[in-house]
Amino acid sequence: MTHILVILETRDGVLRPASLEAVGAARIAADGLGGGTVTALACETFSADASSLGNAGADKVLIASATEHSADGAALTAARVAKELEASAVFLSATVRGKDLCGRLAAALESGFAADCTSAHTNGGSLSFTRPIYGGKALQTIQVNGPVVVASLRPNYFSSAERGGEAVVEETSAESGKGRVVKIAAKEGGRPDVAEANRVVSGGRGMGGESAWHLLEAVSDALPGSALGASRAVVDSGWRPHSEQVGQTGKVVAPELYIACGISGAIQHLAGMNGSQCIVAINKDADAPIFQHATYGIVGDVAEILPVLAEELAKVTE
Amino acid sequence: MKIITFVKRVPSTTTRVLIKDGNALDPTGVEFILNPYDEFAIEEAIQQKDKSGDGHILVMSFGSADSQKELRTALAMGADEALLLQNPDAPNADGATTARTLTAAVKAREFDLLLFGKQSVDKEQHGVGPAVATALGIPCITEVTKLDITDGTVRAEREVEGGREIIEAPLPCAITCQKGLNQPRFASLKGIMAAKRKTLDIVDTDMGTPLVEVLKMEMPPERPAGRILGEGVAAVPALITALREEAKVL
Repeated sequence: MTHILVILETRDGVLRPASLEAVGAARIAADGLGGGTVTALACETFSADASSLGNAGADKVLIASATEHSADGAALTAARVAKELEASAVFLSATVRGKDLCGRLAAALESGFAADCTSAHTNGGSLSFTRPIYGGKALQTIQVNGPVVVASLRPNYFSSAERGGEAVVEETSAESGKGRVVKIAAKEGGRPDVAEANRVVSGGRGMGGESAWHLLEAVSDALPGSALGASRAVVDSGWRPHSEQVGQTGKVVAPELYIACGISGAIQHLAGMNGSQCIVAINKDADAPIFQHATYGIVGDVAEILPVLAEELAKVTE
Repeated sequence: MKIITFVKRVPSTTTRVLIKDGNALDPTGVEFILNPYDEFAIEEAIQQKDKSGDGHILVMSFGSADSQKELRTALAMGADEALLLQNPDAPNADGATTARTLTAAVKAREFDLLLFGKQSVDKEQHGVGPAVATALGIPCITEVTKLDITDGTVRAEREVEGGREIIEAPLPCAITCQKGLNQPRFASLKGIMAAKRKTLDIVDTDMGTPLVEVLKMEMPPERPAGRILGEGVAAVPALITALREEAKVL
Protein backbone atom coordinates (compact mmCIF):
# COMPACT_ATOMS: atom_id res chain seq x y z
CA MET A 1 0.00 0.00 0.00
CA THR A 2 1.13 3.54 -0.72
CA HIS A 3 2.62 5.45 2.18
CA ILE A 4 3.29 9.16 1.73
CA LEU A 5 5.35 11.07 4.25
CA VAL A 6 4.83 14.82 4.57
CA ILE A 7 7.45 16.99 6.25
CA LEU A 8 5.76 19.69 8.33
CA GLU A 9 7.40 23.05 8.84
CA THR A 10 7.13 24.79 12.18
CA ARG A 11 8.63 27.96 13.53
CA ASP A 12 8.50 28.98 17.20
CA GLY A 13 6.23 26.00 17.79
CA VAL A 14 3.69 27.12 15.19
CA LEU A 15 2.84 25.19 12.03
CA ARG A 16 3.51 27.14 8.80
CA PRO A 17 0.35 27.56 6.67
CA ALA A 18 1.78 25.81 3.59
CA SER A 19 2.25 22.57 5.55
CA LEU A 20 -1.50 21.87 5.59
CA GLU A 21 -1.55 22.28 1.80
CA ALA A 22 1.20 19.66 1.48
CA VAL A 23 -0.77 17.29 3.74
CA GLY A 24 -3.86 17.82 1.55
CA ALA A 25 -1.88 17.14 -1.62
CA ALA A 26 -0.48 13.94 -0.09
CA ARG A 27 -4.02 12.80 0.82
CA ILE A 28 -5.25 13.32 -2.72
CA ALA A 29 -2.17 11.57 -4.14
CA ALA A 30 -2.50 8.61 -1.74
CA ASP A 31 -6.20 8.24 -2.59
CA GLY A 32 -5.46 8.64 -6.32
CA LEU A 33 -2.93 5.81 -6.13
CA GLY A 34 -5.62 3.46 -4.85
CA GLY A 35 -5.64 4.28 -1.15
CA GLY A 36 -2.83 4.65 1.32
CA THR A 37 -1.55 6.21 4.49
CA VAL A 38 -0.40 9.80 4.98
CA THR A 39 2.02 10.39 7.83
CA ALA A 40 3.09 13.92 8.71
CA LEU A 41 6.46 14.44 10.37
CA ALA A 42 7.59 17.52 12.29
CA CYS A 43 11.38 17.45 12.62
CA GLU A 44 11.23 19.67 15.73
CA THR A 45 8.89 19.53 18.73
CA PHE A 46 5.64 21.44 18.57
CA SER A 47 2.17 21.05 19.99
CA ALA A 48 0.32 19.39 17.12
CA ASP A 49 -3.38 19.96 16.60
CA ALA A 50 -4.56 16.42 15.87
CA SER A 51 -7.89 17.53 14.46
CA SER A 52 -6.61 20.24 12.08
CA LEU A 53 -3.91 17.91 10.74
CA GLY A 54 -6.40 15.04 10.57
CA ASN A 55 -8.88 17.27 8.80
CA ALA A 56 -6.18 18.34 6.34
CA GLY A 57 -5.58 14.69 5.42
CA ALA A 58 -3.03 13.15 7.80
CA ASP A 59 -3.65 9.73 9.34
CA LYS A 60 -0.72 9.99 11.68
CA VAL A 61 1.56 12.74 12.99
CA LEU A 62 5.10 12.03 14.16
CA ILE A 63 6.90 14.64 16.21
CA ALA A 64 10.66 14.43 16.52
CA SER A 65 12.27 15.52 19.75
CA ALA A 66 14.67 18.21 18.43
CA THR A 67 14.30 21.63 20.03
CA GLU A 68 16.07 23.68 17.35
CA HIS A 69 16.12 23.50 13.57
CA SER A 70 19.11 21.88 11.94
CA ALA A 71 18.64 21.38 8.22
CA ASP A 72 21.05 18.45 8.00
CA GLY A 73 19.62 16.98 11.21
CA ALA A 74 16.08 17.31 9.86
CA ALA A 75 17.13 15.62 6.60
CA LEU A 76 18.61 12.68 8.54
CA THR A 77 15.47 12.37 10.68
CA ALA A 78 13.18 12.55 7.65
CA ALA A 79 15.26 10.05 5.66
CA ARG A 80 15.26 7.60 8.58
CA VAL A 81 11.50 7.88 9.05
CA ALA A 82 10.90 7.54 5.28
CA LYS A 83 12.88 4.29 5.33
CA GLU A 84 11.16 3.00 8.49
CA LEU A 85 7.73 3.63 6.94
CA GLU A 86 8.87 2.35 3.54
CA ALA A 87 7.36 5.55 2.15
CA SER A 88 7.01 5.66 -1.61
CA ALA A 89 6.92 9.47 -1.64
CA VAL A 90 7.90 12.40 0.57
CA PHE A 91 6.12 15.76 0.14
CA LEU A 92 7.37 19.10 1.44
CA SER A 93 6.36 22.73 1.03
CA ALA A 94 8.56 24.67 -1.38
CA THR A 95 9.47 27.28 1.24
CA VAL A 96 13.08 28.32 1.90
CA ARG A 97 13.48 25.48 4.41
CA GLY A 98 11.47 23.05 2.29
CA LYS A 99 13.46 23.65 -0.89
CA ASP A 100 16.61 23.19 1.17
CA LEU A 101 15.38 19.88 2.64
CA CYS A 102 14.11 18.60 -0.71
CA GLY A 103 17.56 18.25 -2.29
CA ARG A 104 19.06 16.83 0.90
CA LEU A 105 16.36 14.20 1.30
CA ALA A 106 16.67 13.08 -2.30
CA ALA A 107 20.42 12.67 -1.85
CA ALA A 108 19.99 10.85 1.48
CA LEU A 109 17.49 8.46 -0.14
CA GLU A 110 19.58 8.19 -3.35
CA SER A 111 16.58 9.33 -5.33
CA GLY A 112 15.53 12.13 -7.63
CA PHE A 113 13.36 15.09 -6.71
CA ALA A 114 10.70 17.36 -8.17
CA ALA A 115 11.05 20.88 -6.78
CA ASP A 116 8.50 23.67 -6.50
CA CYS A 117 5.65 21.77 -8.17
CA THR A 118 2.33 23.43 -8.96
CA SER A 119 0.32 20.24 -9.58
CA ALA A 120 0.57 16.52 -8.87
CA HIS A 121 -0.92 13.71 -10.98
CA THR A 122 -1.60 10.06 -10.27
CA ASN A 123 -2.25 8.74 -13.78
CA GLY A 124 -1.76 5.01 -14.27
CA GLY A 125 -0.78 4.33 -10.67
CA SER A 126 2.36 6.46 -10.70
CA LEU A 127 3.08 9.96 -9.50
CA SER A 128 4.08 12.77 -11.81
CA PHE A 129 4.40 16.50 -11.19
CA THR A 130 4.07 19.67 -13.21
CA ARG A 131 6.40 22.52 -12.36
CA PRO A 132 7.17 25.91 -13.89
CA ILE A 133 10.64 26.34 -15.38
CA TYR A 134 12.49 29.27 -16.97
CA GLY A 135 10.73 31.59 -14.54
CA GLY A 136 7.30 30.32 -15.49
CA LYS A 137 7.83 30.78 -19.23
CA ALA A 138 7.27 27.03 -19.66
CA LEU A 139 5.93 24.06 -17.69
CA GLN A 140 7.49 20.64 -17.44
CA THR A 141 5.83 17.44 -16.28
CA ILE A 142 8.28 15.03 -14.71
CA GLN A 143 8.47 11.64 -13.10
CA VAL A 144 11.02 10.74 -10.46
CA ASN A 145 12.86 7.51 -11.17
CA GLY A 146 14.26 6.63 -7.80
CA PRO A 147 13.35 4.49 -4.81
CA VAL A 148 11.39 7.35 -3.16
CA VAL A 149 9.68 10.23 -4.95
CA VAL A 150 10.70 13.48 -3.21
CA ALA A 151 8.64 16.54 -4.14
CA SER A 152 8.30 20.08 -2.85
CA LEU A 153 5.02 21.88 -3.53
CA ARG A 154 4.67 25.58 -4.22
CA PRO A 155 2.62 27.39 -1.53
CA ASN A 156 -0.89 28.58 -2.51
CA TYR A 157 -1.30 25.92 -5.25
CA PHE A 158 -2.67 23.00 -3.21
CA SER A 159 -5.47 22.80 -0.63
CA SER A 160 -5.87 20.86 2.57
CA ALA A 161 -8.33 17.96 2.37
CA GLU A 162 -11.10 19.22 4.74
CA ARG A 163 -12.21 15.65 5.35
CA GLY A 164 -12.86 15.73 9.10
CA GLY A 165 -11.23 13.16 11.37
CA GLU A 166 -8.36 13.20 13.81
CA ALA A 167 -4.77 12.17 13.32
CA VAL A 168 -2.91 9.91 15.73
CA VAL A 169 0.01 11.81 17.27
CA GLU A 170 3.20 9.96 18.26
CA GLU A 171 6.75 10.93 19.12
CA THR A 172 9.94 9.87 17.41
CA SER A 173 13.61 10.53 18.01
CA ALA A 174 15.48 13.30 16.20
CA GLU A 175 18.87 12.99 14.52
CA SER A 176 21.38 15.71 15.25
CA GLY A 177 23.04 17.79 12.57
CA LYS A 178 26.23 19.79 12.23
CA GLY A 179 24.52 23.01 11.16
CA ARG A 180 21.98 24.69 13.42
CA VAL A 181 19.75 27.74 13.46
CA VAL A 182 21.01 29.80 16.40
CA LYS A 183 18.63 32.72 16.06
CA ILE A 184 15.43 33.64 14.24
CA ALA A 185 14.53 37.30 13.93
CA ALA A 186 10.94 38.01 12.97
CA LYS A 187 10.40 40.36 10.06
CA GLU A 188 9.71 43.93 11.05
CA GLY A 189 6.63 45.82 9.94
CA GLY A 190 3.98 43.23 10.70
CA ARG A 191 3.11 42.52 7.08
CA PRO A 192 3.26 38.89 5.87
CA ASP A 193 5.95 37.70 3.48
CA VAL A 194 5.21 38.43 -0.17
CA ALA A 195 5.56 34.74 -1.09
CA GLU A 196 2.94 33.67 1.46
CA ALA A 197 0.39 36.47 1.31
CA ASN A 198 -3.00 36.09 -0.31
CA ARG A 199 -2.94 39.72 -1.47
CA VAL A 200 0.06 41.62 -2.79
CA VAL A 201 0.47 45.34 -3.45
CA SER A 202 3.51 45.76 -5.65
CA GLY A 203 5.41 48.79 -6.95
CA GLY A 204 7.70 49.41 -9.90
CA ARG A 205 9.88 52.22 -11.20
CA GLY A 206 6.75 54.12 -12.19
CA MET A 207 6.24 54.87 -8.48
CA GLY A 208 8.94 57.51 -8.95
CA GLY A 209 11.04 56.82 -5.86
CA GLU A 210 11.14 55.16 -2.46
CA SER A 211 9.46 58.19 -0.88
CA ALA A 212 6.27 57.22 -2.77
CA TRP A 213 6.00 53.87 -0.96
CA HIS A 214 3.65 55.29 1.69
CA LEU A 215 1.04 55.24 -1.11
CA LEU A 216 1.43 51.46 -1.45
CA GLU A 217 1.51 51.03 2.32
CA ALA A 218 -1.82 52.84 2.55
CA VAL A 219 -3.37 50.49 -0.03
CA SER A 220 -1.86 47.50 1.79
CA ASP A 221 -3.21 48.78 5.13
CA ALA A 222 -6.68 48.79 3.57
CA LEU A 223 -6.27 45.17 2.44
CA PRO A 224 -6.10 42.82 5.44
CA GLY A 225 -3.38 40.17 5.13
CA SER A 226 -1.63 41.86 2.23
CA ALA A 227 2.11 42.04 1.62
CA LEU A 228 4.26 44.55 -0.24
CA GLY A 229 6.08 43.55 -3.39
CA ALA A 230 8.51 45.26 -5.76
CA SER A 231 9.95 44.90 -9.24
CA ARG A 232 13.60 44.13 -9.89
CA ALA A 233 14.28 47.70 -11.06
CA VAL A 234 13.06 48.98 -7.69
CA VAL A 235 15.25 46.56 -5.73
CA ASP A 236 18.28 47.23 -7.95
CA SER A 237 17.81 50.96 -7.31
CA GLY A 238 17.92 50.27 -3.58
CA TRP A 239 14.40 51.61 -2.94
CA ARG A 240 13.18 48.35 -1.41
CA PRO A 241 14.83 45.20 0.06
CA HIS A 242 15.39 42.10 -2.06
CA SER A 243 13.04 40.15 0.23
CA GLU A 244 10.18 42.01 -1.50
CA GLN A 245 11.31 41.35 -5.08
CA VAL A 246 8.80 39.50 -7.26
CA GLY A 247 10.06 37.87 -10.45
CA GLN A 248 12.39 35.30 -11.91
CA THR A 249 15.31 36.45 -9.73
CA GLY A 250 13.10 37.20 -6.75
CA LYS A 251 10.06 35.45 -5.33
CA VAL A 252 7.38 33.68 -7.29
CA VAL A 253 3.94 34.55 -5.96
CA ALA A 254 0.41 33.30 -6.61
CA PRO A 255 -1.95 35.39 -4.48
CA GLU A 256 -5.68 35.83 -5.02
CA LEU A 257 -5.14 39.53 -5.74
CA TYR A 258 -2.00 41.16 -7.16
CA ILE A 259 -2.03 44.94 -7.58
CA ALA A 260 0.83 46.11 -9.83
CA CYS A 261 1.46 49.85 -9.49
CA GLY A 262 3.83 51.61 -11.86
CA ILE A 263 5.12 48.25 -13.10
CA SER A 264 5.61 48.04 -16.86
CA GLY A 265 5.61 44.22 -16.96
CA ALA A 266 9.08 43.00 -17.92
CA ILE A 267 9.08 39.31 -18.89
CA GLN A 268 11.02 38.33 -15.77
CA HIS A 269 8.52 40.13 -13.51
CA LEU A 270 5.51 38.58 -15.26
CA ALA A 271 7.12 35.20 -14.67
CA GLY A 272 6.97 35.80 -10.94
CA MET A 273 3.30 36.77 -10.67
CA ASN A 274 1.49 35.26 -13.64
CA GLY A 275 -0.04 32.59 -11.39
CA SER A 276 -2.03 35.24 -9.48
CA GLN A 277 -5.77 34.73 -9.62
CA CYS A 278 -6.66 38.39 -10.24
CA ILE A 279 -4.15 40.98 -11.46
CA VAL A 280 -4.81 44.71 -11.29
CA ALA A 281 -2.47 47.04 -13.19
CA ILE A 282 -2.21 50.78 -12.61
CA ASN A 283 0.18 52.51 -14.99
CA LYS A 284 0.28 55.81 -16.81
CA ASP A 285 1.55 54.19 -20.02
CA ALA A 286 -1.46 52.65 -21.77
CA ASP A 287 0.91 50.57 -23.94
CA ALA A 288 2.74 48.95 -20.99
CA PRO A 289 2.89 45.14 -21.45
CA ILE A 290 1.46 44.64 -17.93
CA PHE A 291 -2.00 45.54 -19.30
CA GLN A 292 -1.95 42.47 -21.55
CA HIS A 293 -1.63 40.27 -18.47
CA ALA A 294 -3.89 42.16 -16.07
CA THR A 295 -7.45 41.17 -15.28
CA TYR A 296 -8.29 44.85 -14.72
CA GLY A 297 -6.35 47.94 -15.67
CA ILE A 298 -6.50 51.63 -14.90
CA VAL A 299 -4.46 54.04 -17.00
CA GLY A 300 -3.22 56.96 -14.98
CA ASP A 301 -0.87 58.43 -12.39
CA VAL A 302 -0.29 56.23 -9.32
CA ALA A 303 0.18 59.32 -7.13
CA GLU A 304 -3.39 60.38 -7.86
CA ILE A 305 -5.06 56.97 -8.03
CA LEU A 306 -3.54 55.13 -5.05
CA PRO A 307 -4.82 57.45 -2.26
CA VAL A 308 -8.36 57.17 -3.69
CA LEU A 309 -7.99 53.40 -4.09
CA ALA A 310 -6.82 53.08 -0.47
CA GLU A 311 -9.81 55.09 0.72
CA GLU A 312 -12.34 53.14 -1.35
CA LEU A 313 -10.82 49.78 -0.39
CA ALA A 314 -10.95 50.68 3.30
CA LYS A 315 -14.70 51.30 2.96
CA VAL A 316 -15.38 47.80 1.67
CA THR A 317 -12.83 45.79 3.67
CA GLU A 318 -13.61 47.25 7.09
CA MET B 1 41.24 28.04 2.23
CA LYS B 2 40.48 25.58 -0.57
CA ILE B 3 37.29 26.58 -2.30
CA ILE B 4 35.28 24.88 -5.04
CA THR B 5 32.60 26.92 -6.74
CA PHE B 6 30.05 25.65 -9.25
CA VAL B 7 28.63 27.34 -12.33
CA LYS B 8 25.99 26.62 -14.94
CA ARG B 9 25.35 27.99 -18.41
CA VAL B 10 21.68 29.02 -18.63
CA PRO B 11 19.38 30.90 -21.02
CA SER B 12 19.24 34.63 -20.29
CA THR B 13 16.23 35.68 -18.18
CA THR B 14 15.16 38.03 -20.99
CA THR B 15 15.05 35.23 -23.57
CA ARG B 16 11.85 33.92 -25.09
CA VAL B 17 11.39 30.21 -24.49
CA LEU B 18 10.36 27.86 -27.31
CA ILE B 19 9.93 24.10 -27.02
CA LYS B 20 11.60 21.43 -29.12
CA ASP B 21 10.30 17.83 -29.46
CA GLY B 22 7.76 18.42 -26.68
CA ASN B 23 10.24 17.93 -23.86
CA ALA B 24 13.18 20.33 -24.08
CA LEU B 25 14.17 23.94 -24.74
CA ASP B 26 14.74 24.87 -28.38
CA PRO B 27 18.17 26.55 -28.12
CA THR B 28 17.89 28.24 -31.54
CA GLY B 29 18.49 31.97 -31.15
CA VAL B 30 18.67 31.76 -27.35
CA GLU B 31 21.29 33.89 -25.61
CA PHE B 32 23.11 31.94 -22.91
CA ILE B 33 24.67 33.49 -19.82
CA LEU B 34 26.43 32.54 -16.62
CA ASN B 35 23.67 31.73 -14.09
CA PRO B 36 23.21 35.04 -12.18
CA TYR B 37 23.27 33.38 -8.73
CA ASP B 38 26.59 31.67 -9.59
CA GLU B 39 28.14 35.13 -9.96
CA PHE B 40 27.50 35.66 -6.24
CA ALA B 41 29.21 32.33 -5.55
CA ILE B 42 32.31 33.25 -7.58
CA GLU B 43 32.52 36.70 -5.99
CA GLU B 44 32.18 35.17 -2.52
CA ALA B 45 34.90 32.64 -3.31
CA ILE B 46 37.28 35.46 -4.29
CA GLN B 47 36.45 37.49 -1.16
CA GLN B 48 36.81 34.49 1.17
CA LYS B 49 40.11 33.53 -0.45
CA ASP B 50 41.41 37.09 -0.03
CA LYS B 51 40.25 37.18 3.60
CA SER B 52 41.95 33.89 4.45
CA GLY B 53 45.24 35.23 3.10
CA ASP B 54 45.96 32.26 0.94
CA GLY B 55 43.91 29.72 -0.86
CA HIS B 56 42.78 28.31 -4.16
CA ILE B 57 39.54 28.51 -6.12
CA LEU B 58 38.51 25.71 -8.45
CA VAL B 59 35.45 26.50 -10.56
CA MET B 60 33.55 23.45 -11.78
CA SER B 61 30.69 22.96 -14.24
CA PHE B 62 28.71 19.98 -15.42
CA GLY B 63 27.83 21.08 -18.91
CA SER B 64 28.21 20.79 -22.65
CA ALA B 65 31.33 21.97 -24.49
CA ASP B 66 29.76 25.45 -24.73
CA SER B 67 30.12 25.88 -20.95
CA GLN B 68 33.83 26.65 -21.42
CA LYS B 69 32.70 30.24 -22.01
CA GLU B 70 31.10 30.55 -18.55
CA LEU B 71 34.12 28.86 -16.93
CA ARG B 72 36.43 31.37 -18.64
CA THR B 73 34.27 34.18 -17.26
CA ALA B 74 34.75 32.75 -13.75
CA LEU B 75 38.50 32.52 -14.34
CA ALA B 76 38.53 36.11 -15.59
CA MET B 77 36.71 37.24 -12.43
CA GLY B 78 39.43 35.61 -10.31
CA ALA B 79 39.05 31.83 -9.98
CA ASP B 80 42.38 29.98 -10.23
CA GLU B 81 41.51 26.85 -12.16
CA ALA B 82 38.50 25.41 -14.01
CA LEU B 83 37.11 21.94 -14.61
CA LEU B 84 34.42 21.08 -17.13
CA LEU B 85 32.65 17.77 -16.56
CA GLN B 86 31.58 17.50 -20.15
CA ASN B 87 28.48 15.75 -21.39
CA PRO B 88 26.37 16.90 -24.35
CA ASP B 89 23.17 15.98 -22.46
CA ALA B 90 24.16 17.88 -19.31
CA PRO B 91 21.96 20.94 -20.08
CA ASN B 92 18.88 18.72 -19.75
CA ALA B 93 20.02 16.87 -16.61
CA ASP B 94 17.85 17.10 -13.49
CA GLY B 95 19.16 18.43 -10.16
CA ALA B 96 19.62 15.07 -8.47
CA THR B 97 21.58 13.64 -11.41
CA THR B 98 23.69 16.80 -11.61
CA ALA B 99 24.37 16.61 -7.87
CA ARG B 100 25.40 12.95 -8.14
CA THR B 101 27.82 13.80 -10.97
CA LEU B 102 29.32 16.79 -9.14
CA THR B 103 29.64 14.80 -5.89
CA ALA B 104 31.80 12.18 -7.59
CA ALA B 105 34.13 14.90 -8.88
CA VAL B 106 34.29 16.78 -5.56
CA LYS B 107 35.03 13.59 -3.58
CA ALA B 108 38.35 13.22 -5.37
CA ARG B 109 39.50 16.66 -4.18
CA GLU B 110 40.42 18.50 -1.00
CA PHE B 111 38.24 21.43 -0.01
CA ASP B 112 37.12 23.58 2.93
CA LEU B 113 34.23 25.40 1.31
CA LEU B 114 31.79 24.69 -1.53
CA LEU B 115 29.97 27.68 -3.02
CA PHE B 116 26.87 27.31 -5.20
CA GLY B 117 24.29 29.70 -6.59
CA LYS B 118 21.04 29.21 -4.65
CA GLN B 119 19.31 28.03 -7.84
CA SER B 120 19.79 28.04 -11.57
CA VAL B 121 17.37 30.32 -13.38
CA ASP B 122 16.52 27.64 -15.97
CA LYS B 123 15.21 24.54 -14.12
CA GLU B 124 14.99 26.33 -10.75
CA GLN B 125 15.42 23.25 -8.58
CA HIS B 126 17.25 24.83 -5.63
CA GLY B 127 18.56 21.39 -4.74
CA VAL B 128 22.02 20.79 -6.18
CA GLY B 129 24.00 22.42 -3.34
CA PRO B 130 22.09 20.68 -0.50
CA ALA B 131 22.16 17.36 -2.37
CA VAL B 132 25.94 17.47 -2.97
CA ALA B 133 26.54 18.43 0.69
CA THR B 134 24.33 15.59 1.95
CA ALA B 135 26.05 13.04 -0.27
CA LEU B 136 29.41 14.27 1.08
CA GLY B 137 28.15 14.26 4.70
CA ILE B 138 28.90 17.95 5.27
CA PRO B 139 26.56 20.74 6.43
CA CYS B 140 25.02 23.16 3.96
CA ILE B 141 23.45 26.57 4.47
CA THR B 142 21.14 27.70 1.66
CA GLU B 143 20.09 31.10 0.30
CA VAL B 144 22.77 32.94 2.27
CA THR B 145 22.78 36.75 2.26
CA LYS B 146 25.55 37.27 4.84
CA LEU B 147 28.57 35.07 5.48
CA ASP B 148 31.33 35.16 8.06
CA ILE B 149 33.95 32.46 8.49
CA THR B 150 36.11 32.66 11.62
CA ASP B 151 38.31 29.93 13.10
CA GLY B 152 36.66 27.16 11.12
CA THR B 153 33.10 28.19 12.04
CA VAL B 154 30.68 29.47 9.44
CA ARG B 155 28.06 31.97 10.58
CA ALA B 156 25.50 32.78 7.90
CA GLU B 157 22.27 34.66 7.60
CA ARG B 158 19.34 33.90 5.34
CA GLU B 159 15.85 35.21 4.80
CA VAL B 160 12.98 32.82 5.37
CA GLU B 161 9.28 33.56 4.97
CA GLY B 162 8.53 36.32 7.43
CA GLY B 163 11.93 36.38 9.16
CA ARG B 164 15.70 35.97 9.13
CA GLU B 165 17.65 32.96 10.37
CA ILE B 166 21.20 32.98 11.67
CA ILE B 167 22.82 29.60 11.16
CA GLU B 168 26.13 28.21 12.36
CA ALA B 169 28.04 25.23 10.99
CA PRO B 170 31.62 23.97 11.05
CA LEU B 171 33.91 23.78 8.00
CA PRO B 172 33.97 21.97 5.63
CA CYS B 173 30.62 23.36 4.61
CA ALA B 174 28.55 24.12 1.52
CA ILE B 175 26.86 27.48 0.97
CA THR B 176 24.26 28.43 -1.64
CA CYS B 177 24.36 32.12 -2.47
CA GLN B 178 21.40 34.49 -2.64
CA LYS B 179 21.26 37.98 -4.12
CA GLY B 180 22.39 40.51 -1.52
CA LEU B 181 25.40 38.46 -0.36
CA ASN B 182 27.83 40.62 -2.32
CA GLN B 183 28.21 42.70 -5.45
CA PRO B 184 29.79 40.51 -8.15
CA ARG B 185 32.69 42.20 -9.93
CA PHE B 186 33.00 42.52 -13.67
CA ALA B 187 35.98 40.76 -15.21
CA SER B 188 38.68 43.34 -15.93
CA LEU B 189 40.62 43.35 -19.19
CA LYS B 190 43.64 42.19 -17.19
CA GLY B 191 41.52 39.39 -15.71
CA ILE B 192 40.32 38.33 -19.15
CA MET B 193 43.91 38.19 -20.45
CA ALA B 194 45.06 36.27 -17.36
CA ALA B 195 42.16 33.80 -17.72
CA LYS B 196 43.49 32.68 -21.10
CA ARG B 197 46.60 31.29 -19.40
CA LYS B 198 44.79 29.56 -16.54
CA THR B 199 44.08 25.82 -16.62
CA LEU B 200 40.69 24.68 -17.90
CA ASP B 201 40.50 20.89 -17.80
CA ILE B 202 37.84 19.10 -19.79
CA VAL B 203 36.82 15.61 -18.71
CA ASP B 204 34.20 13.60 -20.59
CA THR B 205 31.75 12.56 -17.90
CA ASP B 206 29.09 9.89 -17.81
CA MET B 207 26.01 10.86 -15.80
CA GLY B 208 24.48 7.40 -15.43
CA THR B 209 20.73 6.80 -15.64
CA PRO B 210 18.92 10.11 -14.96
CA LEU B 211 16.95 10.16 -11.69
CA VAL B 212 14.17 12.21 -13.24
CA GLU B 213 12.40 11.73 -16.56
CA VAL B 214 10.78 14.63 -18.40
CA LEU B 215 7.40 13.43 -19.68
CA LYS B 216 6.56 16.67 -21.43
CA MET B 217 7.26 20.36 -21.66
CA GLU B 218 4.59 22.85 -22.66
CA MET B 219 3.80 26.55 -22.70
CA PRO B 220 1.78 27.79 -19.72
CA PRO B 221 -1.91 28.45 -20.43
CA GLU B 222 -2.61 31.99 -21.66
CA ARG B 223 -4.34 34.22 -19.16
CA PRO B 224 -7.82 35.22 -20.29
CA ALA B 225 -7.75 38.72 -21.77
CA GLY B 226 -8.36 41.45 -19.21
CA ARG B 227 -9.80 44.88 -19.72
CA ILE B 228 -8.96 48.50 -19.08
CA LEU B 229 -11.59 49.95 -16.77
CA GLY B 230 -10.82 53.56 -17.50
CA GLU B 231 -8.47 56.45 -16.84
CA GLY B 232 -7.44 58.10 -13.59
CA VAL B 233 -9.30 58.24 -10.27
CA ALA B 234 -12.66 58.13 -12.06
CA ALA B 235 -12.05 54.41 -12.76
CA VAL B 236 -11.52 53.45 -9.09
CA PRO B 237 -15.20 52.76 -8.26
CA ALA B 238 -15.48 50.47 -11.29
CA LEU B 239 -12.41 48.60 -10.08
CA ILE B 240 -13.83 48.13 -6.58
CA THR B 241 -17.09 46.81 -8.07
CA ALA B 242 -15.23 44.42 -10.39
CA LEU B 243 -13.04 43.10 -7.55
CA ARG B 244 -16.07 42.53 -5.34
CA GLU B 245 -18.69 41.27 -7.73
CA GLU B 246 -16.81 39.75 -10.65
CA ALA B 247 -13.45 38.52 -9.35
CA LYS B 248 -14.85 38.08 -5.82
CA VAL B 249 -11.51 38.77 -4.16
CA LEU B 250 -12.66 41.44 -1.68
